[in-house]
Amino acid sequence: MTTPGTPPPTQATPGVGVAVEDITKRFGAVQALSGVTLTFPPGQVTALMGENGAGKSTLLKILTGDHRPTEGRVLLDGTPVSFASPQDARRAGIRIIPQEPEIIPHVSVAENVYAGALPRTAGRRLDRGELSRRITADLARLGFEKVIAPDLLGSELTPAQRQLVEILRALTGDAKVIAFDEPTSSLAENEAEALFALIGRLRAQGIAIIYVSHRMKEIFRLADRIAVLRDGASAGVLDAAATTESEVVRMMVGRDLSSLFVRQDVARDEVVLELDGVTTDDVHDISLRVRAGEVVALAGLMGAGRSELGLALAGDRPLRSGRITLNGRPLRLRGPKDAIRAGIGLAPEERKAQALFLQRSIRDNTSLVSLDRLRRMRFVRRGQEKAVAQDFSDRLRVRTPSIEHEVRKLSGGNQQKVVLARWLLRRPKVLILDEPTRGIDIGAKAEIYRIIADLARDGVALLVISSELPEVLGLADRVVVMQGGRVTGELARAEATEEAILHLAMADDLAPLDPVPTPAAARPRTDSAHGGPR
Amino acid sequence: MTTATTSPAGTEKAPPAARKRSPLAALGGQNLSLIGALVVVLGLFGVLNENYLSLSNLQVIAEAATITGLLAVVQTVVIICGGLDISVGSQVGVASVVSAMVFTSTGSHAYLGMLAAVGVGVLVGVANGLAIVYGRVNPTIATLAGLAAYKGLAQLLSDGRAQGYVLNDPVFVFLGRGKIAGLPVMVWILVAVALAVHVMLKYTDIGRNLYAIGGNDTAARLAGIDINKYLVAVYALIGVVAAVAGILLTARTGSGQPVSGSEGLELKAITAAALGGCALKGGKGGVGGTLLAVALLGALENGLTVQGINTFWQNVAQGALLVAAVVIQQRRNGERAVGLPH
Repeated sequence: MTTPGTPPPTQATPGVGVAVEDITKRFGAVQALSGVTLTFPPGQVTALMGENGAGKSTLLKILTGDHRPTEGRVLLDGTPVSFASPQDARRAGIRIIPQEPEIIPHVSVAENVYAGALPRTAGRRLDRGELSRRITADLARLGFEKVIAPDLLGSELTPAQRQLVEILRALTGDAKVIAFDEPTSSLAENEAEALFALIGRLRAQGIAIIYVSHRMKEIFRLADRIAVLRDGASAGVLDAAATTESEVVRMMVGRDLSSLFVRQDVARDEVVLELDGVTTDDVHDISLRVRAGEVVALAGLMGAGRSELGLALAGDRPLRSGRITLNGRPLRLRGPKDAIRAGIGLAPEERKAQALFLQRSIRDNTSLVSLDRLRRMRFVRRGQEKAVAQDFSDRLRVRTPSIEHEVRKLSGGNQQKVVLARWLLRRPKVLILDEPTRGIDIGAKAEIYRIIADLARDGVALLVISSELPEVLGLADRVVVMQGGRVTGELARAEATEEAILHLAMADDLAPLDPVPTPAAARPRTDSAHGGPR
Repeated sequence: MTTATTSPAGTEKAPPAARKRSPLAALGGQNLSLIGALVVVLGLFGVLNENYLSLSNLQVIAEAATITGLLAVVQTVVIICGGLDISVGSQVGVASVVSAMVFTSTGSHAYLGMLAAVGVGVLVGVANGLAIVYGRVNPTIATLAGLAAYKGLAQLLSDGRAQGYVLNDPVFVFLGRGKIAGLPVMVWILVAVALAVHVMLKYTDIGRNLYAIGGNDTAARLAGIDINKYLVAVYALIGVVAAVAGILLTARTGSGQPVSGSEGLELKAITAAALGGCALKGGKGGVGGTLLAVALLGALENGLTVQGINTFWQNVAQGALLVAAVVIQQRRNGERAVGLPH
């Protein structure tokens, strides 16, 4: 196994590091990556940027052996390699530091680092003396003696120290390439600082570093090069020293999908849904209004609290304070049933986990929330049920031989249409669509945009949660941007640009570099006392 | 990802409309294989023993299977909505004892005895439901506790002995021994309960909601279904039907039985439901398959007894059958063998 105290890797070996060549990856009908060619040279930090769904995670997973490319190849120091498993990639020296590393809680840091290859005595017992010699030698060799105590228990570690253990695992395994996937998302400010220092040291040791993050200030602080992915293709590589935030943002977005959208202006004056200071465990002081026929998009990064707001409006999260008004009448939602009765529908983010009954038929799935209108006594009127389900299935062009087919056999796009059919049948006054086109091919996307436009024309108030900026811009009459559970801004259609939205969505992260601690640091939950206990 | 073709919007031709399903296909593969197994079992023991297929023995099979059948039918309901009740056997014991003791102590009022048994059944069922829903106790654990507690309750009430004698009452005699149109009354009761549950599951919105809860509880909640209410009601229903089974047990044996005659019924009921096609993780199953499985189990048990095979072996066979039924189900669902199954 690993021999203790191997000589340190020679300083910044000239070489090509790791590279991907013409990588294409398809998942069924979904094209996640198309023809991506990138190199990650040793001794440099290459930031990998792109919108949600641009293909960053897929690319990382190909590098680390989790996925195999449909086409193209991975080169390590100039030689093509093919990884059958993550273990393969790890042995070859490519490591990923996940956001939540696997740490065994009740054993020491040293045992965690060498887990799987622990030194043993002849009697197969743990050789503690050798373990301690090995960790001391490795920490000294890597210059980490002062950073972490090897006898701490796994359960005592902070998030940053857990990442450090993972990094040590990588280094003692002679990593050539280390990828960080949003490493600072679970770190406090000072911990992030320590991590940056560490990354600097790894760079000096000649390791190729891949750094995935949404946070601009980190990127510009750490990166030598910035590689941008857009729609699964490489949009270019920038020299970090010679570019600007705006240029990166422009490169991340900027594409023409406008042809897919139906442009119309059918919003009426009457306000259907009004939120006034709505606060739950996850969102704070949200005020917004949606008029009949208006499409309001909720934009923001993942974790901004948009889905949680959607769930609260659907009655699935209790309000701590604030008011929801529907057609001028205040609502008190004790559960989803109240919301549905009042006329609020939600097509949730995870359609398979949160909306669909995969083993049941399209008919069953469509009629479920409208059964109270389709029954006599408690008997479901089958004929009528069948007729309406067929009608909506046809109108939404669900491609299936029969509405009696199980929903699990449909493609993602058709499954989403079944969810929409369910709500179209219910005829809600407000419909909340959470990521309505995630994981759907472009043809089905266009159809769903058409359905949304039709709903608006019928006077439904629409709240669309989307992480895809072109979609937000294409659909919305108005864009409300959220970050950290709060609304950070609102943009009318005329002022809404991808840059403007991104600036609001990352408002905190674009703050000056070495700021006094921002109020955002003490973000959620603490201020829910405002609302007072119910 | 299961559909092979995906083509750009609008260009795809709609596949030909589904053909009219043949009656055989409507029965479903699961039920067909159950019928096949039933035929094999009946044929096998019929050849081995000439009396096996006689009318009187078939009647014995039917009567013996009735109590199991009642419990299997309600077990089907609770499994469909993602739960499980392994306390049904003990519930039967409590109900049996209560029916006989109240009958005796009220001066031979059969209906009062039955009413008391049903009342206790509701209480016990609601207790299970509340523990599961509001105590957040896993259904298996909650009803395992019930299995022990209700058995103890029956033994406490009866002092561990058979109670009363009811066969001097015409109502109990009718339930236990009577016939309508040539069929035992007990069997008619099973038919009535099974039919009612079948109609509820297949034709009412209640049934739809039960399948929805078992199929995907998050989606069911977001669809506005009051899951808690449904679960408590289902466990109460089990209590009622278990009480009916307990009354029948009293009527058949002539007295209230705390343990004998009801012990091990939970295993039979769950085995029947699993064999009958209920997915143990919920959302799938039906009364038809369960009844076929009850018939199969009854025919098998009787055949083994007729052939003079040790009851200990019968227990082994029953356990093996339950595991086999679930293994077949998992294979069919394409479950991968990694770690602990859900």
